[in-house]
Amino acid sequence: MNLLRQGAVTGAVIGLFWAFVMAITVSVTLSFASGLGFRPGSLGCLILGIGGGLAAIYVRDARLVIGGFVLLCVALMFTPLSPILFGEGVPVLWQVMAALSFGVFTIWPLKVMLVEAHPGALSRHAFEDAVIRFLTGFGYIVFTAVVLIPFYVMVMTSLKSQQALLRNPLDFSIELSRGWDLFRSYSELFGQFNFGSYLWTSFYVSVLTVLITLLFSVPGAYAVARLRFRGRAAFSRSILLIYMVPMIVLALPIYIAFSMTGLRNTIPGLLMIYPVTTIPVALYMLQGYFRGLPGEVEEAGLMDGLSRLQVIWKITLPLSLPAMVSVSLYVFMIAWNEFLLAFMLLDDPSKFTLTRGVAMLNSSEIPRQHLMAGAVIATIPIMALFLGLERFMTKGLTAGSVKG
Amino acid sequence: MTVPTPPTTRGALERREARLAWSLLLPTITIVSLVIILPLLAIFWISFKPVGLADLRPVAPVIRESLRERSGEIVIEYRVRNSSQQKEIVGMGFTDTLHDGVTLGTLPEPCSVDGRLLRCAFGDVEGGFNERIRIPVTLDGDPDVLEEIVEGTEPAGFGSGDNILTNSEFTLDNFARIFDGDEFWAVLWATTFYTVFGTIGALVVGLFAALLLNKSFRGKGVLRGLYLFPYVSPIIAVAFTWVTLLDPFSGSLNALLIQMGVTDSPINFFGQRPLALIMVTVFEIWRYFPLSFLFILARMQSIDTDMYEAADMDGASPFQKFWYLSLPMLLGILSVLFLLRFIWTFNKFDDIFLLTGGNAGTRTLTVNVYEQAFAISNIGAGAAAAVVIFATLLLFSFFFFKYISQEEGL
Repeated sequence: MNLLRQGAVTGAVIGLFWAFVMAITVSVTLSFASGLGFRPGSLGCLILGIGGGLAAIYVRDARLVIGGFVLLCVALMFTPLSPILFGEGVPVLWQVMAALSFGVFTIWPLKVMLVEAHPGALSRHAFEDAVIRFLTGFGYIVFTAVVLIPFYVMVMTSLKSQQALLRNPLDFSIELSRGWDLFRSYSELFGQFNFGSYLWTSFYVSVLTVLITLLFSVPGAYAVARLRFRGRAAFSRSILLIYMVPMIVLALPIYIAFSMTGLRNTIPGLLMIYPVTTIPVALYMLQGYFRGLPGEVEEAGLMDGLSRLQVIWKITLPLSLPAMVSVSLYVFMIAWNEFLLAFMLLDDPSKFTLTRGVAMLNSSEIPRQHLMAGAVIATIPIMALFLGLERFMTKGLTAGSVKG
Repeated sequence: MTVPTPPTTRGALERREARLAWSLLLPTITIVSLVIILPLLAIFWISFKPVGLADLRPVAPVIRESLRERSGEIVIEYRVRNSSQQKEIVGMGFTDTLHDGVTLGTLPEPCSVDGRLLRCAFGDVEGGFNERIRIPVTLDGDPDVLEEIVEGTEPAGFGSGDNILTNSEFTLDNFARIFDGDEFWAVLWATTFYTVFGTIGALVVGLFAALLLNKSFRGKGVLRGLYLFPYVSPIIAVAFTWVTLLDPFSGSLNALLIQMGVTDSPINFFGQRPLALIMVTVFEIWRYFPLSFLFILARMQSIDTDMYEAADMDGASPFQKFWYLSLPMLLGILSVLFLLRFIWTFNKFDDIFLLTGGNAGTRTLTVNVYEQAFAISNIGAGAAAAVVIFATLLLFSFFFFKYISQEEGL
């Protein structure tokens, strides 16, 4: 431990790790962007990483360190000591870009991470600060990559043609020369696979689910939050208990009942089930919010001769508008993303919801880019809602995510 | 002088309030019991029944009518069949209304005519019953037009079959099948692995993400929104994206790994044991870390900064501050999250179903319900698996209410 806290050792170790992280990051990024062959070179990373870490500690002048390091990276580019190795046929321009970005993104953050470090024994504080800065940088890169890569692949695959995908699965560059033909998968989905109608079905099913859910849960939540009656505690517990019942357990009897009554393959059937899966969550979220509202305003309303229902309509609801938006968004999201029930209860392609339609695309006869285009179509509306109303959405997620 | 005491009976106002409360709750209670309680009871019932997928179609007579010419004479032909190959129908037969212009010749044995109503009764018939009834007719009018009219109307069948769902036949076979030796242990192992590691993984990863964003810098809002993407987008989109990305033949990740020299041949991530189970767990962590991240971040931001300033004065190092200050403050929310996520991961079905379909050792209890009921077409066994899940959940929720309800304020 003491040895590790020597400035030189700290610098070298952090430099080494960071060089590897950056070499992998740059290789993956450039591979995904161009489809060309880039891979990290161990020997180069080892030398440049340790060297960079030491230089950041021993050389005071930041400009000298950064400039020298980047120049060294470019110089080593054509030798086996290059931190990034190139496959066949990578143009020199890409090679220079790889070496440059590796150089800059390695030494610059290293200098920042090791800003408190110096030759000789480091204080515990300086050492841990350096480690934390390294971990923070590492964390940002890993999290961002892990979250972004699937979505990037989803969007880019949907824009590719079948041949291009098979030729090089790594090539996600957009062939702008194809023009509008890039969106061919989408036009085929809307033209031949009826996705316009699925989109509309999903939309109105989700909106109706939100409305029905609110209709049922607002009075219920008000009763639980404000009125005194026997069995109140038991009731609010059973709400929680009910939304712990997994859907798959209920789906089986519902499937049987719907098969026998002919409700399978009907949208009204779906609309009978969806709200019930969301009412407990909505009720739970709303009663929490109603409890936070000042009771005095409502009592004043009662004194002035309003009935309870009028109080709910004229006082409580307007006051809880933000909560209603959060709950509505959350319920909309659940209904829009719902897959299991739609999958089990709908067989007739003319009545599919969007998720059921995308599930239909998962067959060996339908090319992958169609499946990914379907995934994009299903994701975009919910993403747009999320990004546009993030504040409400995040609140809804936090309040309601007792449900998973 | 009387000492004032609190009322011991319920007053009129109190009763009115309770009545109002129940009437407000009534719609919710009704619909929830219809769609949740009733199916739950049904699943207990079904789990003791030998029901297959095919039994859901009720046993009934199937009758087809056609008008045709046969060796010079015109006949109406009824093909009568029992829809089931195994079960008998009690008192089966059919009736048909005759049209004007059709006069019947000699009637075969089971049939009789009453006015314009033809009635044929076969009594009790076995499964697989299949018979043709031919009745010679004389036509008065254009045969083609009459053929359309005759074939355009449906004869009405009658007779009742035994419904397996409502009779008094019970069996324990379903449970025997579910608890069947090796398969049960494999399912239990997959469930346990998936639930425990998925829950802990999502918590730990969420904690790291929250630590990263628990400071103010430019672009923080963007990153926070970005980290919520996996949770917000539809499961079907992200699951299929993972499948595409990790595909052994055309997947980008395999191409990348080969190019980087990590592996020589493509890895079948979702198709081989035990990698498939690990990968679905990784997917679970990826998809649900945003949730723990959101909760933990909210809790972190409500921790008083005074404490950290005091710790700074005392010379505490960053790791010491995390270990001795932040972590104890977060313990409450972490344990709540653990229990909730544990239950929800245990309940998860869609993810595994879409990623592997329960193959390659990833069949959890929930996937087993689907597998038994629909893949093997044994509804009874599926129901039995569902009952096992429900019983386990009751156990969990007992712990949940014992330890959590105080924290949740319920």
